[in-house]
Amino acid sequence: MLKYLFAKESEIPQGTTAIFFGISSICWFIIGTGLGSFNAAKLAFPDWYHGLYWLQFGHMRQVHVHAVIFGWIAMAFAASMMYITPALGNTKLWSEKLGVWNCLLYNVGLCLALALLWSGVTSGREYSDHIWPIDLYIAFVMVLPWCVNVWMTIIHRRTQGIYTSNWFFAACMFMTVIVFLVGNLPEFFHLTGLNEAYMTWWFAHNILGLLITPVAAAITYYIVPKITGNPLYSHRVGHLHFWSIVVFYSTPAAHHLMSSPLPEWLKSFASVEGVLILVPAIAYVCNILLTMQGKWSMFVNNVEIKFTITGVLLAIPLNMQGGFQQTRAINWYIHGTGWIVAHAHLALLGFSTFAEAAAVYYGLQVLLRRKLYSLSLANLHFWTLLIGFSLYWTSMTIAGLIQGAAKIYEVPYVDVVIAEHPYMIVRWLGGTLVFLGNIVWLYNMYMTARYGDEVPAGRQPAELAYVR
Amino acid sequence: MAFREYKIGCWMFGIALSTSMFVTIFLPGLDISAVSSTDIALEKQLTYGHESGFSYEDPFLSGAGKPIKVVLTKDPMNGSPMDKTNAYVFEAGTPFPSGLTHTHVLGEKVKNLSESKGRIGSANEDQGAVFLVRLDEASDTPYIENASATRGWTPEKVLAAADQTIMAGSGKTMFVREGCWWCHTLLPEQTQDWQSFGRPPMLGDFNGESPTTFGSDRKAPDLLHVGARNSSREWMMLHFFNPRLVQSHSIMPRYDYLWGDKDAKGNPIDLKAWDEAYMKYAAGETPYPPEVPVPADNSDARYLIDFVLNLK
Repeated sequence: MLKYLFAKESEIPQGTTAIFFGISSICWFIIGTGLGSFNAAKLAFPDWYHGLYWLQFGHMRQVHVHAVIFGWIAMAFAASMMYITPALGNTKLWSEKLGVWNCLLYNVGLCLALALLWSGVTSGREYSDHIWPIDLYIAFVMVLPWCVNVWMTIIHRRTQGIYTSNWFFAACMFMTVIVFLVGNLPEFFHLTGLNEAYMTWWFAHNILGLLITPVAAAITYYIVPKITGNPLYSHRVGHLHFWSIVVFYSTPAAHHLMSSPLPEWLKSFASVEGVLILVPAIAYVCNILLTMQGKWSMFVNNVEIKFTITGVLLAIPLNMQGGFQQTRAINWYIHGTGWIVAHAHLALLGFSTFAEAAAVYYGLQVLLRRKLYSLSLANLHFWTLLIGFSLYWTSMTIAGLIQGAAKIYEVPYVDVVIAEHPYMIVRWLGGTLVFLGNIVWLYNMYMTARYGDEVPAGRQPAELAYVR
Repeated sequence: MAFREYKIGCWMFGIALSTSMFVTIFLPGLDISAVSSTDIALEKQLTYGHESGFSYEDPFLSGAGKPIKVVLTKDPMNGSPMDKTNAYVFEAGTPFPSGLTHTHVLGEKVKNLSESKGRIGSANEDQGAVFLVRLDEASDTPYIENASATRGWTPEKVLAAADQTIMAGSGKTMFVREGCWWCHTLLPEQTQDWQSFGRPPMLGDFNGESPTTFGSDRKAPDLLHVGARNSSREWMMLHFFNPRLVQSHSIMPRYDYLWGDKDAKGNPIDLKAWDEAYMKYAAGETPYPPEVPVPADNSDARYLIDFVLNLK
């Protein structure tokens, strides 16, 4: 990487940025899920180790969250955008040099940000835990150069129209910058009280709804047609998806605070808008699944399609939960319980991780011009991820329902802790499986780069047979 | 080529996003900002100070630059007995909370009373001040009184006359830094929590507080009124040192490292030796757990215990 930092733009091979972001994202995925597994162990067995005070749960929990969101998910997005955007514009990335610097400063910034969180230097606001100097670094050094690269690549495209994925990439990066700067206003200007609390969740909702979910969807809009060879089922349904994301997904932030004393009109408004999230959700899932017509065998045969479609299928329960769990009728029961933790992992570890993993698998093969080293290891990765996630989701959902019931029947809280104990153990096992699977993935990608069969110019990796 | 074929789309996108932010940020902001502080909000601001998370006065969240809550039973000026009174001492240089520096945070009536009767306008951060939360009986409105101006109570005199000093402001910083709020919420829900965890907060209870640390992922009891349920300092001390001493099924981490190097008597604390002795007890080899040291007055543990006991 270092040799490209000061190289001329013309000397940097195309795809360098995407490769660096891709490899970084896999490493951060291992770190993030490792931390998650470690934290889960502490919730199951609080005294299983002694004396390591710098590994306190209260300091590590947010490090896990930000390592997976900023390290894995966002960097996998960056990797995907850095090769998908130019491919869809029939051009090259606007600036590989900017991209390489972006990737370096992204990794440096993330290490610094996580080290500060780890040592307890925090703003005390969930999902915007970073202190405001770090927020400014994230917005202007980590995210803005990335945006510029994506926007300029689209502006310099050599196609007439802009394909669906690129609408999402351009718009979501714009919205991310806005959401990041507006959502952190309470820290920049010291807003207090319910304004601060509400803005915290406005940020958290919108960073999920305007960055993570739609970009993951946009990636599948590229991967599925590209690998199956089928054109996207409907451009118009794509329009419906895009516009309903902008209009409906950006408004229900208050549904995260249904049990707080926010103005009642705001909670009702958010609740109705929250149900309308089903519009983009259904449009999207239908569009992708109908694109698969005639190519369903690839769901079994092709590992990228297997990952992508599993992600899309997980989007169905995700959105059904998301649409309805925030209504007053249901929210009072599950608010603040493990159910929500399960739901958050369904969005991040279920839907979006599977979509991104496919994009990173595919992107690295295309950019390195190497066929995947081992299909068996990729399948092992797939199944550890899916089984690990399923264990996690199921156990936390059950734990959440126990908590909900205990809330109504006014059970002493310690009895809830006792009742949840087995599910905490299962959660830890699930998280550990995901962590172990990711180590296999890194090994597989390393071996692909070193020993994978070369993909001849003009051919797709999917056209070559798997070797192992 | 740029975006020129997408002119209408770009406009629509801009309008949609702006409208969305107008409805979800501007309108709620107007509504929330129009709410007057309750007496709870006034007490919280004066107890916790300007900011409990990262700030200039306390960049590493050590609990510096926070006010001190004191309980008085005698007049600091002449020592004569008086009704039990809570006073909030801002020593010279301690940053004031938002309500005192941006008085619109207090709400119209509270602000007017605090300025006319409470004389908060004359308080000065550089010199420090002592504040009280008062109730105007005629209008049933709480307000802040600057006792340094109205009664001549200086921070030094009030601290000298105090029966009890409560470091809840520094303690809230510990609550934020140690991530207590990842498991313990500070928000009894409006629907089902009344019986177990007490009265849910009201709209004006948060003015001037930052961060509010509601918590979202409850893995442990709500703490908003915990001091009213359990006011035992002894119990809190044991529970923070090792929660399994008082609640064998607890999954809370140990916070023994917040005790620092020395206990209240100045004896060194050896956590490793304590842990070894405790593990013997946990394995059933000894009948009693080792003694828990009393935290020193300037230890993080003392701040945190003060904060928790002050949650009434």
